Amino acid sequence: MSISTAISLFLRGARDSLPFVIVIGPFGMLFGVVATEAGLPITQTMVMTLLVVAGASQFTALQLMTDGAGVWLAMGGALAVNLRMAMYSAALVPHLGKAPLWKRAMVSYLIFDQSYTLSVVEYERDPAMSMDRRIIYFMGTALPVAIVWTALTLVGALLGNTIPDALALDFALPITFISLVAPMLRTVAHLAAAATSVIVALALSGLPSGTGLLIAGAIAMAVGALVEARMEGEASR
Amino acid sequence: MTNAQVWLLIALLGVGTYLIRFSFLGLIGDRPLPAWVLRMLRYTPVAIIPGMVAPLVLWPEATGGEMDPARLAAAGAALLVGLRSRNVLLAIGVGGAVLYGALWLSGG
Repeated sequence: MSISTAISLFLRGARDSLPFVIVIGPFGMLFGVVATEAGLPITQTMVMTLLVVAGASQFTALQLMTDGAGVWLAMGGALAVNLRMAMYSAALVPHLGKAPLWKRAMVSYLIFDQSYTLSVVEYERDPAMSMDRRIIYFMGTALPVAIVWTALTLVGALLGNTIPDALALDFALPITFISLVAPMLRTVAHLAAAATSVIVALALSGLPSGTGLLIAGAIAMAVGALVEARMEGEASR
Repeated sequence: MTNAQVWLLIALLGVGTYLIRFSFLGLIGDRPLPAWVLRMLRYTPVAIIPGMVAPLVLWPEATGGEMDPARLAAAGAALLVGLRSRNVLLAIGVGGAVLYGALWLSGG
């Protein structure tokens, strides 16, 4: 493949990711501001963003830290939010599984909601795509989102201390989480999982910070899966 | 959390998240997953995040754990707008506007 073909393919991925890039900017900035408000120095905020590259779980880690959960419980909660990426990893195997290991290792670092969704749509639209082209397109969808997310996190972290307390930033995290989850509640199963999570977490709120949440999460996951299986069973009958 | 514990948490999160992403593509390969595992994985974000948020909405720390009408209204607004519009940033914007509006009305 010529360099110019590679560049135009990368740019096509980048163009397809544009709506996500626009949305991720303010979100990254919010993470930077909230992390600084929570007392993280800029180095820790930025290292976390560069290593984890997953907004929802970074917000979760931050929240559990401020709640006083220990290292292990905070890790458990934040990693649980990322478990869906194992599903993305599995879904990419038919398309990228034959690529050299170093390319699969590189792609893995940048698997998130946006890059996964765009790439799988493209791979299914054009099954004849060569392996090189698949990898380049993936990078085109992933890098702009990752770069804008990181850059705007830095801006937010730098601004964090200049924002007065009167702005009630304590509530920025809850509003962000609700806004993230509400659009995901597409099916009865999703609603059932969310409702279970709320009820069990509130019932167990007396347990040490983070413990009740992990129990609630496990039960809610099972409820979501059971309701989904039920609905499918009814639909096929 | 001490500074060292925060660094430990960041390192564990970085390694753990990478391993989750690399799991099938790099380590397990093209073996079919049992359907029930895929089903459970699909629900992880909606199973964890609502449970984390609910106590923060009902018993906010900023008011010493007292229920607060302004914060309840803001949470309700973000939920409704998110459900109806499926637009994350719009929901954050409306939730924030309702919070400030209600705080201002209540003189807080």
